Amino acid sequence: TRSDRSSGTRVSDTELRYVFIVCVSTAKDVTYICPFIGPVRGSLTVTNYRLFFRCTDREPVFGLDLPLGVLSRVEKIGAATSRGDVSYGLVCKDMRNLRFVHKEPEDSLKKSVFEVLMKFAFPVSNNMSLFAFEYKQVFPENGWRVYDPLAEYKRQGLAKESWRITKVNDHYELCDSYPAALVVPVTITDEELRRVSSFRAKGRIPVLSWIHPESQAAVVRASQPMVGQNGRRCKEDEKLLQAIMDANAQSHKMFIFDARPSVNAAANKMKGGGYESEDAYQNAELVFLDIHNIHVMRESLRKLKEVVYPKIEDSHWLSNLESTHWLEHIKLILAGALRIADKVESGKTSVVVHCSDGWDRTPQLTSLALIMLDSHYRTIRGFQILLEKEWLSFGHRFQQRVGHGDKNHTDADRSPIFLQFIDCVWQMTRQFPAAFEFNEYFLITILDQLYSCLFGTFLCNSEQQRLKEEVPKHTVSLWSFVNSQLEEFVNPLYVHYPSHVLFPTVGIRHLQLWVTYYIRWNPRMRPQEPVHQCYKELLAKRAELQKRVEELQREAANRTASSSSERAGSPTRSITPVQTYV
Amino acid sequence: MLSLGSVGAKSTKPSFVSYVTPEEIKLEKEPPKIEKHPDLLPGEVEFCCANPILKYTQDDLSQRGIFGTLFCTNFRVTFISDEKSQEETTKTFKNKLYGENDIPLMCVDHIYGVYDEKKKLITGGLVKNKYPSKMIIHCKDLRVFQFCLTFTKEEDAKKIFQGIAHHCLEEKSLKCVFAFSYSGTPSPEMQRKRETILFDSPEDWTQEMKRTRANCRLVTENENFELSQRLPKYFVIPSALGDLFSYQGKGFPIWCWSHHSGCALFKASLPPVTQEDGDFQKHLDIMINAVAHNYLYSAKTEDLSESLPTIQDIQQSYNKFKQFFLIENSTDFWLSDVKWFSSLESSGWLDIIRQCLQKAVEVVECLEKDNTNVLITEEEGTDLCCVISSLVQIMLDPYYRTLMGFQSLVQKEWVAGCHAFLDRCNHLHQKDKECHSPIFLLFLECVWQLVQQHSPAFQFSETYLTVLSDSVDVPVFSTFLFNSAHHRESVMKAESPLAQSSPLSCPTVWDWSVQFDSKAQNFFFNPLYSEKVKHEKAVRKAHKPKHQRQLSLPSTAFKPPSKKGFFKDETDSLKKMLRVKRLSRWMGSPDSPAATTRGFYESWQQRPLDYHGLLLPCLDGPAVRVWMQRYLRWIPEVHIMGGGSVAVMTKLMELLSQVQDLKCVLEQRDSSQAVKLDHRPYIQHRLLSFGSSGRLSSSFPFAYSRNRSFKPIIPTGLMQSLMVSDSLASQEDEASSFVSLV
Repeated sequence: TRSDRSSGTRVSDTELRYVFIVCVSTAKDVTYICPFIGPVRGSLTVTNYRLFFRCTDREPVFGLDLPLGVLSRVEKIGAATSRGDVSYGLVCKDMRNLRFVHKEPEDSLKKSVFEVLMKFAFPVSNNMSLFAFEYKQVFPENGWRVYDPLAEYKRQGLAKESWRITKVNDHYELCDSYPAALVVPVTITDEELRRVSSFRAKGRIPVLSWIHPESQAAVVRASQPMVGQNGRRCKEDEKLLQAIMDANAQSHKMFIFDARPSVNAAANKMKGGGYESEDAYQNAELVFLDIHNIHVMRESLRKLKEVVYPKIEDSHWLSNLESTHWLEHIKLILAGALRIADKVESGKTSVVVHCSDGWDRTPQLTSLALIMLDSHYRTIRGFQILLEKEWLSFGHRFQQRVGHGDKNHTDADRSPIFLQFIDCVWQMTRQFPAAFEFNEYFLITILDQLYSCLFGTFLCNSEQQRLKEEVPKHTVSLWSFVNSQLEEFVNPLYVHYPSHVLFPTVGIRHLQLWVTYYIRWNPRMRPQEPVHQCYKELLAKRAELQKRVEELQREAANRTASSSSERAGSPTRSITPVQTYV
Repeated sequence: MLSLGSVGAKSTKPSFVSYVTPEEIKLEKEPPKIEKHPDLLPGEVEFCCANPILKYTQDDLSQRGIFGTLFCTNFRVTFISDEKSQEETTKTFKNKLYGENDIPLMCVDHIYGVYDEKKKLITGGLVKNKYPSKMIIHCKDLRVFQFCLTFTKEEDAKKIFQGIAHHCLEEKSLKCVFAFSYSGTPSPEMQRKRETILFDSPEDWTQEMKRTRANCRLVTENENFELSQRLPKYFVIPSALGDLFSYQGKGFPIWCWSHHSGCALFKASLPPVTQEDGDFQKHLDIMINAVAHNYLYSAKTEDLSESLPTIQDIQQSYNKFKQFFLIENSTDFWLSDVKWFSSLESSGWLDIIRQCLQKAVEVVECLEKDNTNVLITEEEGTDLCCVISSLVQIMLDPYYRTLMGFQSLVQKEWVAGCHAFLDRCNHLHQKDKECHSPIFLLFLECVWQLVQQHSPAFQFSETYLTVLSDSVDVPVFSTFLFNSAHHRESVMKAESPLAQSSPLSCPTVWDWSVQFDSKAQNFFFNPLYSEKVKHEKAVRKAHKPKHQRQLSLPSTAFKPPSKKGFFKDETDSLKKMLRVKRLSRWMGSPDSPAATTRGFYESWQQRPLDYHGLLLPCLDGPAVRVWMQRYLRWIPEVHIMGGGSVAVMTKLMELLSQVQDLKCVLEQRDSSQAVKLDHRPYIQHRLLSFGSSGRLSSSFPFAYSRNRSFKPIIPTGLMQSLMVSDSLASQEDEASSFVSLV
């Protein structure tokens, strides 16, 4: 019944209806070839936002309901048979494939389901706008206001004597994939920043991401330096890194984390890129984190899908899982973030993190390290800020990586980088079940809405593009929806420990495949009732009792006040309220 | 301090030191140490000791450790640190019999010696000559100890090494097991608490038949083991079975449990094979007929030795499996992390667990869906029969998911049921490898899978299961020491100090106060257990009053099951057609037995959840997991500081106590009188003083992390883990980014 709660699945007024086959038990039936329960006959409806399939003559009623944004590919399977059946497969971004068979409509004036799907599933390819621009649901809160960079840097306790917020990128002239507000050391002028930008790939200069409230150790992000084969140097860049190191009085050293395997980093020199040489950057130690590129990750997820959907081979499950390397990539990313967090927390050293362009592996690492270091990012709103900041404002190329509304499913720019990050967060919530304010459903909702194109949040590739397209003006933010029904997303076990650093275990023994996400379409893998339900009931029970106690206390207080007699009983034992966020 | 039999341990100044690290110098300069001796248990005798011995700290590659004295007694190998240990006293979960530096002799699995950098498995022959510089002890509870022997006097080192090797590895007689020397004075609690039904009296069996409305016959003719020494003292058979003496003690269909419909589960050893094939077949026919007569003349039989792995397969698989957890150092750990999943798979252990659960589900389907009597058979009828019949009962009968119920089940099927614990667990280090097999552990593993999938259905926690699995190798309890009821009785009689008058009484393992104080026993209970709703109590009244716990979710939160309860009379069903089914394999395709029960599982899954009804495990690949608590608890590399299930436990305990507090306040209100009620709610006693749970590690309550610095564990050798060899790895990130920027 979860889908009912999401307003996104209700047919809204702006949704245009394209009803094709509504008849049941006639030759025009649509058959959904379900890999789990076999063929199911029913009616299929496609609108400009979603597809739904209903079969009512089954017990329990069978239904499919998915936003068209989730489709990565729609293809006809085989030629039309003699009986005039058309069969087509839908490949989805959320780990499932669907297959429908129906008779070719005799009325050729009607558009075929296939045509309509091709049109509305890939609006970008058809020069139409994404459904997010049509969606006009009003929520009590405006999610576009969740993240205010200045307020966020203030919250972090940015020391004004060492860091400043520069306006050099106000019009995205310094770097078009960076946000307008950038934090840099005070000692570096805007002119120097411009020089640095010509030395860093795509102009993505080293800027502050997070600062430790006590030690002032900083997490700085960037892209690779354009060292090239000749070992080019840039004295402004060197000065900038020195200034970053100097801003932290606790340490005279600094670590540069290059997310790539060293071989790949070296190979980048051929193309003008590369990595910081330790000659040029005194006191800086370079560490490679061995995380592979977007193509390897895409391939890994493809293999994972093969292993989990639709059938799972029980006796070879573990070796099949291993052969996808998915969890090993997760391990490497978590291990990288752990090393960064360790240097900042235990070593009190500032760190610079980069990969090639600094918009894929870099946000994975920085945002995971930030979650480990700062408990604020483990709250629901804090996590939203983290995504807005590290991913959206710093230009993770969501449009390219997800391919919103684009029919070019073989595009090599697509890659599940963000999914991988959410998976890592999920792994951490498993290891620290009481440290996160949000629950698993929150993470799954984010992923589902990433593909749905119902909200504007994950559209476009950069802050600049989103402003240009006026995304905040014309679309609804995912956070408007989420923050209007927070109770859905709260972890009943949450205990708020302020300034509590989390160091997860990255051994593969403690990593699990996220079954409730990757294998959720398999009915056998669905839990009958999540254990969370018990926690919720317990909390509800407590709230109810608490209320009754309070009522009685009030009543008693009134009575004693009126009768002035000595108080009966001594029910003054106070109930220490535990911080629970329900 | 009392030190029995301590020989030559008085002057233990190190005279033989191979190399000296700074700490050691500091250590040696200290004034002569006060001689330390272990606190011996009643009846425990010290054999030998050596000092100084360096115990390596497992989580450190730099070969550092703590100095202390190593002792060997008739109960354990124990290491006493020269430094003051502060850990022991503050432990919430302390075992009264042995501490973290104690290894009960029975718990020793293997000993390795390091000779000139080479690690060798210690066997009888190696003991005689040299002693190794380093001794590595692998325990059955998966702890790993490493002792350096080079700092102590040569003769002491030799003595302690030979002593330990002798007492841990040599074949010995049952009489030497510590249980027979142990003379713990029974505490008042130790007076036989009749909570766990031991099934050692005819009344226990009658009661059980009454509880399950079984219509069978209690056999008391074996009271003095005249029928067979391999059979229980008392047992229950189908009432249709006639002449008892013609079976040579084999091939009795022994009743396990009756379904509310009337059909029942039976287990049997195979009838004796005589010269004539016809006899065997005749026996089989009689057996099946008797079983079929129990209800509606229906029966299905299954020979478990045909469809499940042999006990040798199980032993081999477990030997492979456990190696992945006996980690000696960090490098080993990270190396084995790389091929973790395929290593797991190659051991086959999880697959064996799946097969057992699968078989149990098949039996459950017969009983629950088809209402057919089931007879499971096996050569001896006391190994896999016990596993399957116990699992079936746990899935079908919620009583066995309570703590007392579960213990009674172990008594019924395993202890009274004559599982050969002594041989299977190899408590005596017999050379005959054929009969060793971790069958009971396999059963606990299967139960753990059910517990982790359906936690609110179980009153006990996974910690309870882990402790139980450890207790098998603690040689104090009578529960796991014998091969059969007859064996138990004869040995107990012979070993009694006052022979003939009263048999020796060892505590049973169920007397948990022998090992843990009541506070520690709290960890055995699952705070999320959903208590049975009241109205079914009438059915439950039949059996002995059991310890009722208030600690559970408020019952109102759970809807009473709408479907009929267990053990309901179904007189009308007698009108069903009579049928006999005799299939050695009752399910169609042997290739994928999973497919056959698939539909049964799915239809169960669609029914509303009822924690007090039928419980089925999901057996798909990802659902069968490694029992992390048991296997990973001693490995510091995987300890999650401030995380793990302990975080959930703490939070739940907190919530429950608040609910209880509030209820208590309300009660006081309602009674509107100034009663100074100091009956603190029950839950308060259960609430554990975790301190700041933020600092506890996931291995709590077992290993206490010494990792106080709260440093993360950074893996080593990551690159080895992932050799992505295809061309994708070398591809540019941006397909469109060949734009030269130089």
